[in-house]
Amino acid sequence: MEVESKWIPFVLERIIPGISSARRIRRRDVNWGDRVFYYGLKLSAWALGALLLYMILLIWKMSEPAFQMYGWRFFVTNDWNSVTGEFGALALIYGTVVSSLAAIGLAVPVSVAVALFLNELAPEWLSRPLGFLVEMLAAIPSIVYGLWGLFVLAPFLRNYIQPPLADYLGFTPLFSGPPMGVGMMAAVVILAIMVMPTITAICREVFRAIPRSNREAALGLGATRWEMLKIAVLRSSHAGILGATILGLGRALGETMAVTMVIGNNPLISASLFSSAQTMSSILANQYAEADSLLQLSALSAVAFTLFLVSLLINGFARLIVWRVNSQYKSG
Amino acid sequence: MAKSAIIFFGLVVGFFSLGSFAAETVLINGAGATFPYPLYAKWFSTYREVDKSVEFNYQSIGSGGGIRQFLAGTTDFGASDAPMKDDELAQSKVPILHIPATLGAVAVTFNLPGVKDSLNLTPEVLAKIFMGDIKKWDDEEILKLNPKVVMPKNQYIIVCYRSDGSGTTAVFTEYLEKVSSDWKKRIGSGKSVKWPAGLGGKGNEGVSSLVKQNPGSIGYVEMNYAFENKFPVFAIKNAKGDFVLPSVKSVTKAAEASLKSLPEDFRVSITEAAGSDVYPISAYTYLLIYQKMESHKGKKIVDFLKWSMGKGQTMASGLNYAPLPNQLVKRVLSKIDTIVLEGSSDKKEAHKLN
Repeated sequence: MEVESKWIPFVLERIIPGISSARRIRRRDVNWGDRVFYYGLKLSAWALGALLLYMILLIWKMSEPAFQMYGWRFFVTNDWNSVTGEFGALALIYGTVVSSLAAIGLAVPVSVAVALFLNELAPEWLSRPLGFLVEMLAAIPSIVYGLWGLFVLAPFLRNYIQPPLADYLGFTPLFSGPPMGVGMMAAVVILAIMVMPTITAICREVFRAIPRSNREAALGLGATRWEMLKIAVLRSSHAGILGATILGLGRALGETMAVTMVIGNNPLISASLFSSAQTMSSILANQYAEADSLLQLSALSAVAFTLFLVSLLINGFARLIVWRVNSQYKSG
Repeated sequence: MAKSAIIFFGLVVGFFSLGSFAAETVLINGAGATFPYPLYAKWFSTYREVDKSVEFNYQSIGSGGGIRQFLAGTTDFGASDAPMKDDELAQSKVPILHIPATLGAVAVTFNLPGVKDSLNLTPEVLAKIFMGDIKKWDDEEILKLNPKVVMPKNQYIIVCYRSDGSGTTAVFTEYLEKVSSDWKKRIGSGKSVKWPAGLGGKGNEGVSSLVKQNPGSIGYVEMNYAFENKFPVFAIKNAKGDFVLPSVKSVTKAAEASLKSLPEDFRVSITEAAGSDVYPISAYTYLLIYQKMESHKGKKIVDFLKWSMGKGQTMASGLNYAPLPNQLVKRVLSKIDTIVLEGSSDKKEAHKLN
């Protein structure tokens, strides 16, 4: 029991920092302008939170008929057939999680490398315009990525990347089946490109925050340039890189249009990267406007709710890792 | 002082005249099918020249959304590729009329290296290909239908379909269900179905780019889309036994052939219509109108509908839509005459309605 009572304020403090000291601050301010300003800000913050809760509630209400009909089977069955009215989201959850995680796996090393190069190695005349170009990637609308993926990336993968992969690595399940360009691989690549600017930008900020003296100290102790980067820069920015990864993951999980254009839109669970797949957000984009039955509408809302849950779980998990890494560094 | 008074006076008069001008413009809201949108857009912009006081606002959000918005009373008219179902009609207090606006068709297109001309296909083989039962282009059944064509050896068929819910898919699967009992049992029909094999593309452009990129692929798109992009298409064997290519003419023929069996409310499928030179995968697209409307706006809508049956029909073929057969136009016009305008100058009529 005692352990629990210790834990609760600890967790609360994590979610709403300063919750225990908030009262003291309020009693102190007596200026009316300050007070109005304070309540105005407070209202905005709460309104945003309330809006989120309202949206969750609304999606839950809309998805209730489907959850009542299928129960937990909705998450573990794989049939999506609007003709027979059988709806299960397993293949969609698989598509979302696998495409996002693989994209992050591809994007993080490249982004960190780009950020390191721009901040630590590249001369000023190169790092500025190059950094600007990388950040511009984040400003491109996702439908443009989608069209580019469909008309340029998918044919490129089909003609130049997938055939040699199939020839040399076709015996592994990862690269089995006919190469068709669109499919899981195209989705992973496009998502990786889309999240890269976000991760790169945050990593650059994180590296910039490390004091110059750390680097000088490492060099002074006789470290090579690579060792300096490893000891002084990378090692002390684990938490920051993780944070950047989480933000990138958030974008990848919810990305809709670009993925819909290139993933092949067939809800399959296949180990092959060549196979088509379907994500939760892409089936919403595909079927919501023309849903025939109320049950289908409800099932689609249930998918939206599931997407919300999955993002929450993954983000929560990632945040936990950040806390752990943070506290390790604080104590160590 | 005098000067500013004059300016003030002028401004007041100006505002009043603006106000009265705005009051005269009637905004008619509609939403629904994407397939006839190019034609509707042309109609609405041309109709401004006929009646300046009418302004249309049409949102092409899809047939399903169009029906939902119309039933909710958000829009003045709806538009749908597939006729409304009985239970949907029952949701409305006021009877709903289906006004056939134009005709469209689904073309089956393909990408085979070295094959430029159109190919022949029977409905049975078409169904087998889309079910994944026929897997290669040099299959016996395809070769038999196209003896003169040199098919690539061992080329796999890649089936491409619409991943988004669409009227095109509804017409295509309804046709396959009609011609293949196997299809009916295993897949069925609807705006989105569970495809056993292949790749899904979003929209006509999604499907067509998949077909363009993948040698050996087959896909279905709206007829006008196939024409505009000059895709090779299949001639499909119709109920009479002819192999017919999709065209404005062969689609209107399908409507003519099914006129006799056309029900009073026009809700009908004209796929696999019996008659010579009929393209079998054809369909009507409808405007959905309330049979009882408020007189001011209602009159404008009725006038527009009548115009669309006359001058409007002549614009269809230029945009690769098939105009309605003349006989049908007459029947539609008499149907439009059954629309009741509430609060009209004939006060007795209005009282009866209330």
